[in-house]
Amino acid sequence: MNSNIDGINSPALVKESLKTKIFYVLRRWPVIPILVLTIMVFIAVFAPLISPMGPKEINLRGRAAPPFWEKEWYDANPKNEITYVLGADHVGRDVLTRMFYGARISLAVALISLTAGVVIGTAIGLVAGYYGGFIDEFSMRAVDVWNALPFLLIAILAAVTFGQEVWIVMVLLALVAWAGNVRNVRAEVLTLKTRDYVSLAKIAGASDFRILMKHIFPGVVNTIVVLATLRVGGLILAEASLSFLGAGIPAQTPTWGNMISEGREWLSTAWWIAMFPGISILLVVMSVNFFGDWLRDRWDPRLRQLN
Amino acid sequence: MRKYLIQRFSFGILSLIAATLIVFVLSRATGDPLLLYAKPGGYGMSPEQIAALTEKLALDKPLIVQYFIWLGRTVTGDLGKTLLAEQPVLDVIKMKIGATFQLGLVAWVVATAIGIPLGVLSAVKRGSVWDYIGRMFALFGQATPVFFIGILGILFFAVNLGWLDAAGRPTEKPFFPAQFKSLIMPTVALAWLPAASYLRITRSAMLEVLDSEYIKLARAKGVSQNAVIWRHALRNALIPPITVSALILVGFLEGSVVVEAVYAWPGIGRMAVESIHNNDFPLLTGIILMFAVLYVAGSFLADIAYTLVDPRIRY
Repeated sequence: MNSNIDGINSPALVKESLKTKIFYVLRRWPVIPILVLTIMVFIAVFAPLISPMGPKEINLRGRAAPPFWEKEWYDANPKNEITYVLGADHVGRDVLTRMFYGARISLAVALISLTAGVVIGTAIGLVAGYYGGFIDEFSMRAVDVWNALPFLLIAILAAVTFGQEVWIVMVLLALVAWAGNVRNVRAEVLTLKTRDYVSLAKIAGASDFRILMKHIFPGVVNTIVVLATLRVGGLILAEASLSFLGAGIPAQTPTWGNMISEGREWLSTAWWIAMFPGISILLVVMSVNFFGDWLRDRWDPRLRQLN
Repeated sequence: MRKYLIQRFSFGILSLIAATLIVFVLSRATGDPLLLYAKPGGYGMSPEQIAALTEKLALDKPLIVQYFIWLGRTVTGDLGKTLLAEQPVLDVIKMKIGATFQLGLVAWVVATAIGIPLGVLSAVKRGSVWDYIGRMFALFGQATPVFFIGILGILFFAVNLGWLDAAGRPTEKPFFPAQFKSLIMPTVALAWLPAASYLRITRSAMLEVLDSEYIKLARAKGVSQNAVIWRHALRNALIPPITVSALILVGFLEGSVVVEAVYAWPGIGRMAVESIHNNDFPLLTGIILMFAVLYVAGSFLADIAYTLVDPRIRY
């Protein structure tokens, strides 16, 4: 670019335009959220390789050891040989390591239950919207009824009766997730199925399945992706809440919710046990929400009223 | 209108039936239902107790009959006895529900009083510092787990600063300062997320209204900025937040489970968590059924509010 027009060649102006450019990019693209999420996914995938210790490895000499910057504690406890980056919990397990493994479980549970929920919800929405009539009426009522149930509590009851297992939490969260998409997908299908290309496909003798998959489904993909992204945060929070209440992932497993739950009892002496997992939940959920908002504005602004 | 209400009401009933069915199925889903009524810690039941319970739950009859017998007892308020204290579940719930209602109502008022004005402000002054602050507030409210807000509050205001008590609910009179002080942190933890949703809903509604033709006309006629905002825009922009407010109030039921557990607030939410740890199945099902009733009633009220507030909707 020629900055010499009209004799303007002040270095301050050039510098400012670079700054504005950076701001422009940051405002226009969700750079920071994507960065945070990429790092989290990387951590989750490679947790065993990058962790300084094992997730259940205890070291009684390092009980409630503070993060590395509190030198005084390490000087006062020379028998403890490990320097904990983010401190240790009440039995000397490394908080950082457990957070890495926690990322694994939190993200895996959220993604798997989300996928299951979205697939079921989309299928029901497609079929309800396409066939209409009784199927439509029935599935819409089912969604209404489902949404009127206090889900956290039912999940707690289910966890108590079936016991605490990772896959049970996944099933429960999938049961939360499915109802969210049905209505929007159905609404979309209702408009798509009146399009000319759908009628022509029908005339050409395409089967219902083929029409749904080849002609209608591609039209609702954007909506589905946007809705799914906006829902990830809620699922991560739900899993953490269930674990925190003692009705989610089994207690000794390192998940962010469990770590906060354990750290609560040591709050006055070892704040780091609960603090760092909490910050990770906050960061991830915020990034996902941010990214979802951005996707929605770009792909499907009509969903804006959804909030 | 009447048809609409009847329709909504029957959905409510359907939801309740679904809730009782889920609870019932869960209570029969794990092999021997009698085990759910055995005391924690391995205390077995005497043969007489087993016989009495089998008789009461009608375990020798078909499942569907069992369901109706159980439903009949539940509807008449017989929720069984708690395992630990052997008190009637209904009495225990009655004793604790006041604390939960107090917390929920206070949090509702606070969330409404903060969320809606902030939403209006951030829409009217779009792009300003206020808008920025409001959106940050909403962003954090929607991303922070309720229990983490609670724990941060305890860490700073109770452990480090010592201004507030970490937990509990003092009952001594007068209300100020002890009871008031104990309410502050649970209220903030419970109200933040709903305040954030109020804010976002109000903001987007207000932006939409401010962009509409009749506002442009009012401005073109030379109506002052204040009159445009307060008299013309706000009335319409308030419809979405008012309609969700009943749902938000109902949402506190779920939120209270977590918040009461964190702050040892002696309401039903905490009792629910205790009953998980004690494996007190009758108590837990009682609480869940009661929450389901309140939840469904709240959703019904939200539907009614919708038709009352927005005259364009006439079913």
